[in-house]
Amino acid sequence: MPNYNTMEIMICVAARELEDGAIVGVGTGAPCAAAMLSQKTRSPNLVIMFEAGGVSPLLPEMPISVGDSRTFYKAVMASSMCDIMETCSRGFVDYTFLGGAQIDMYGNLNSTIIGEDYRKPKVRLPGSGGANDFASFCWRTMVMTLQDARRFVERLDFVTSPGWLKGGDSRAKSGLPLGTGPYKIITNMGIMDFEPESKRMRVISINPGYSFKHLQDNCGFELLQVSKIAQTTPPTEEELRILREEVDPYRYVIGR
Amino acid sequence: MIVLEEGKGRLFTDPDPDKAREFFQKKSRKMVNKVTSLKEAIVKFVHDGDYLAVGGFGANRTPIAACHEIVRQGRKKMAFAGKTATHDFQILAVGEVFDRVDVAYIVGLEARGLSPCARKYMESGKVEVCEWTNYGLAARLRAAAMGVPYVPARNLLGTDTLRHSAAKVVECPFTGKRLTLLPALYPDVAVIHVHEADVYGNARIKGIMIMDGDLSKAAKRLIITTERLISNDEIRRDPTSTGIPFYLVDAVCEVRYGAYPGTMAYEYFSDEEHLQEWLSVQKDPEEFKKFLNRNIYECPDHYEYIERNGGIEKMNELRRKELLLHKEMKDAQL
Repeated sequence: MPNYNTMEIMICVAARELEDGAIVGVGTGAPCAAAMLSQKTRSPNLVIMFEAGGVSPLLPEMPISVGDSRTFYKAVMASSMCDIMETCSRGFVDYTFLGGAQIDMYGNLNSTIIGEDYRKPKVRLPGSGGANDFASFCWRTMVMTLQDARRFVERLDFVTSPGWLKGGDSRAKSGLPLGTGPYKIITNMGIMDFEPESKRMRVISINPGYSFKHLQDNCGFELLQVSKIAQTTPPTEEELRILREEVDPYRYVIGR
Repeated sequence: MIVLEEGKGRLFTDPDPDKAREFFQKKSRKMVNKVTSLKEAIVKFVHDGDYLAVGGFGANRTPIAACHEIVRQGRKKMAFAGKTATHDFQILAVGEVFDRVDVAYIVGLEARGLSPCARKYMESGKVEVCEWTNYGLAARLRAAAMGVPYVPARNLLGTDTLRHSAAKVVECPFTGKRLTLLPALYPDVAVIHVHEADVYGNARIKGIMIMDGDLSKAAKRLIITTERLISNDEIRRDPTSTGIPFYLVDAVCEVRYGAYPGTMAYEYFSDEEHLQEWLSVQKDPEEFKKFLNRNIYECPDHYEYIERNGGIEKMNELRRKELLLHKEMKDAQL
């Protein structure tokens, strides 16, 4: 079995979720690496969109910004924020990847503040950016993050971007586009989805070297589990070669 | 229409389209020479208390030269559109230029990290905040560009972002669905950096427009900073390329490298070393003060700033990086 680090397994696992012919809205960093890896392995016709306007670029290297010139290098179109977000709103965009400082059991995300006092927060974070829009409009939202009890919390300090809200049918009732919502949470320890009725986070696959207890111990709320938890297939030699040599040769994302 | 839910954030601008129409009715339609220095343009069109929006996204095609000049001139008590505001935001935060912000994305520099000075200012309690999203602010500018008081959308719903915004949720009269109404945003003044413009303000943007088409239409006053002035003949030879027409524009300033240290597509890539320096120097308040003096307050203009950070040699290097020539040169060595 080849050696790999936590970023590499998350990126490889995420890349496998993106099927050929789908459209994915991504930001920079790990999500972009996952989309690029997917294009170079199983999904050559995966379309990448960047919220600032880049449509299906032939990325020459990892972009630094969601709006830098790499995001529309040899693209089919250099468009606009409204165009990309309205394409999501019309139902064209299948996947997106989001992150945040905190996530709860329904996949709601916080990237706005840490602390109780909104007017004088302990930490002011960037805010939604395009995350609330992507989480509202894209069919399936995925999250790549380290499994950590400070991130996986019982209660968010601020609900920036919608997951399944309060669970059950609360998302559908909110007016958000029907059929959209959090799909998979990919961490260094395993993969989680959401139980169809309660919409609570549940473990479906565990990465090599970890157990359900590891996931639960590094999570601030009770995790559900499917009756037959899978073993995550570790990154293959081929996936790692392409990721290291072609996707991220300077190791901006996968680290040193 | 019955309001089902509304955010408790404050609207910093009036969404009434008739008031905006009254303003636009009086705005000159004359195709006259509008070329002026950046200093003059900021004196004339950017006032204390105004609502300011700048073009671009993150540190890409952002009018950094104009942001430096606004800080140098000591503007205060402004409102600001934080629509993926990164390096521009930390510059304006250093000058404590604004005390109200419509937030989509602030205090961060995307993958480069968070800005300590921007965070400190936002955590001080001195700044009133209203939360939005990138599309939320883009759609608000679009509503203003359309001349209507709001546009409906399906974002924000169910979140604290909605509760801290000034949006309202209503029931759609056609479908019965819950919709978010995003109020029109008419900035008092906007600055947009472009690739080319003629002396009248007809302007070309290459690559992604982001939300600058709508911003140019929504803003009451508009300053264009341009990499290059071009002839009106050239504009008329290729009207398809005009992204902003002259009648929206109040001033045209030729500022080569006006987005430095950010990226200007097809011209120069961002100066990552300098942006990192901006973040790391903030660890030491004394050093940061010296750094700001050296790079903003002591500089009479943007060219002196560029001179102090590598000059033409640096700009050539960033041009090679933008055009990916560094890859070809590396391959050539192999």
